[in-house]
Amino acid sequence: MTARSLNSTALKQQERMEQWTLLGLAIPAIFVILLVVIIPVGWLFYLSFIGDNGQFTLEHYQKMVEYKSYYRVFLNTFKVSILTTLICIVIGYPMAYFLAQLPARWAGFFMLAVLLPFWTSLLVRTYAWLVLLQRKGILNEFAMDIGLWEKPVKLVHNLTGTLIGMAHIMLPFLVLPLYNAMKKIDRDLMQASANLGASPAKSFWQIYFPLSLPGMVAGSLIVFVLCLGFYVTPAVLGGGRVVMVATQITSILENQFNWGAASSLGVVLLIATVLVLIIAGRVFKLDTALFGKG
Amino acid sequence: MAWWNKPASDTQITHGSRIWLYVIAAIIMLLLVIPTLIVIPMSFSDSQYLEFPPETWSMRWYEEYFGSKKWMRATVTSLQVGTLTMLVATPLGTMAAYALFVSGHKAARALFVILITPMIVPVILIAIGAFYAYGKLGLNNSITGLVLAHTALATPLVMIVITAAFRSYDLNQELVARSLGATRLKAFFVITLPQIKFSVITAALLSFLTSFDEVIVSIFVSGGTKATLTKHMFSALRDYIDPTIAAISTIMVLISTLLLLATQWFSSRQK
Repeated sequence: MTARSLNSTALKQQERMEQWTLLGLAIPAIFVILLVVIIPVGWLFYLSFIGDNGQFTLEHYQKMVEYKSYYRVFLNTFKVSILTTLICIVIGYPMAYFLAQLPARWAGFFMLAVLLPFWTSLLVRTYAWLVLLQRKGILNEFAMDIGLWEKPVKLVHNLTGTLIGMAHIMLPFLVLPLYNAMKKIDRDLMQASANLGASPAKSFWQIYFPLSLPGMVAGSLIVFVLCLGFYVTPAVLGGGRVVMVATQITSILENQFNWGAASSLGVVLLIATVLVLIIAGRVFKLDTALFGKG
Repeated sequence: MAWWNKPASDTQITHGSRIWLYVIAAIIMLLLVIPTLIVIPMSFSDSQYLEFPPETWSMRWYEEYFGSKKWMRATVTSLQVGTLTMLVATPLGTMAAYALFVSGHKAARALFVILITPMIVPVILIAIGAFYAYGKLGLNNSITGLVLAHTALATPLVMIVITAAFRSYDLNQELVARSLGATRLKAFFVITLPQIKFSVITAALLSFLTSFDEVIVSIFVSGGTKATLTKHMFSALRDYIDPTIAAISTIMVLISTLLLLATQWFSSRQK
């Protein structure tokens, strides 16, 4: 090595060169994502401003404001997403709490009950619910056997079936981050509160629950955002009666082949998703919860 | 002291007085697991109508599945696409994770956002976007198109798994190797890779499953002789309930259970 190569500016330059070379390793991944996701979605964005005559137009967005049917699709999407999220919170919180209280060995075992559905194809689970909930399905038979209701109740191809199926599919997305957040709660705090004379219920509501809230909010937001763009389960279990943005996009493409209208719905869906994530990220440091990154 | 009188948590609440929590948790776990596993007994039913428990048992839906050209062709396509996606996404995601983790450059943050977009953009939008773009590029109904799209979906997952592995591993070991004369490439393959190999395997299995189970993109960009298993399953589900799907579902549950147990085993080995 010559003395010149050890001079500090040269070293710094070398370091910068190396940083860039290292970043180059990400190029293949970025190339694929640009090709399949970013450029096509950008293209759809452009298409959403193009009318039938090939001219720039705002008609697709205008329709969304003027037509009641579009308004109903968005309202319905929000309604289904919020209801699913609420069901997941009500069911997921005790589940995560139960897991977080167990010693590590048992938690690992019972965690399989959450991970098994998580790893199973959502198509398989949607199919299972279709079978369970049908008119002569197990659930109806069982409910009639124990006298819960007398005639078969319509549980599928409607909102009920959609919500049941979606909640089942989304539950792990809430339980897993919530469980991680609960595991991080300092156990000494609960001990201290018990020592100071608080009842278990009081300790829970005044200390544990507030500390678990960030995990719950992070999980709920993931569920909510995933619900917004959900397609398969509403399409199958809703039986055409539960219209969400994603199912609407598909039927516009299938029936009218209208790329502009379909794209504009997609753009609004994307903007809604990103907005929720940005606001959540600002308020709750979502990426810390998701990726452990500051 | 009986177990229900013993303290169950730091608040000294007894197991007995929180029995309700165990009951609720048990019900929730049953609700989670039963709909996942119910397809298994159903697939052995002899009846068209999927009653439960089946009155007579048979293998007819498996015979139907294995005897059908359409289902077999779709299965082969899905396995092909899944394997290729795994082989492409695993190195791509690992390289990207390494680049962002080691470089420490300001641009890393921006690149991270680009790499994570497939997880943020609603899949329905990715699906119609790819369908449109593939229409121009002639990639619809092709294995290449499916592999490219599934790679885009799987790469961020690989990246997250591998980044977590880098975080729990001391990368300075590579510096030691390099100060002893190894190139960066050699240091990675000889020192780092063997120590994060279980995470790499987990990431690979995850990317296979991502592709194998993927529905929405496949519905749009696959078709004809190159339609995936999930595409055929989806259209069968939307139109009528074909019990053959119970047999296919059982096989899919079996595959994902095996992969899940494998990753659990690998992650316990990693520690």
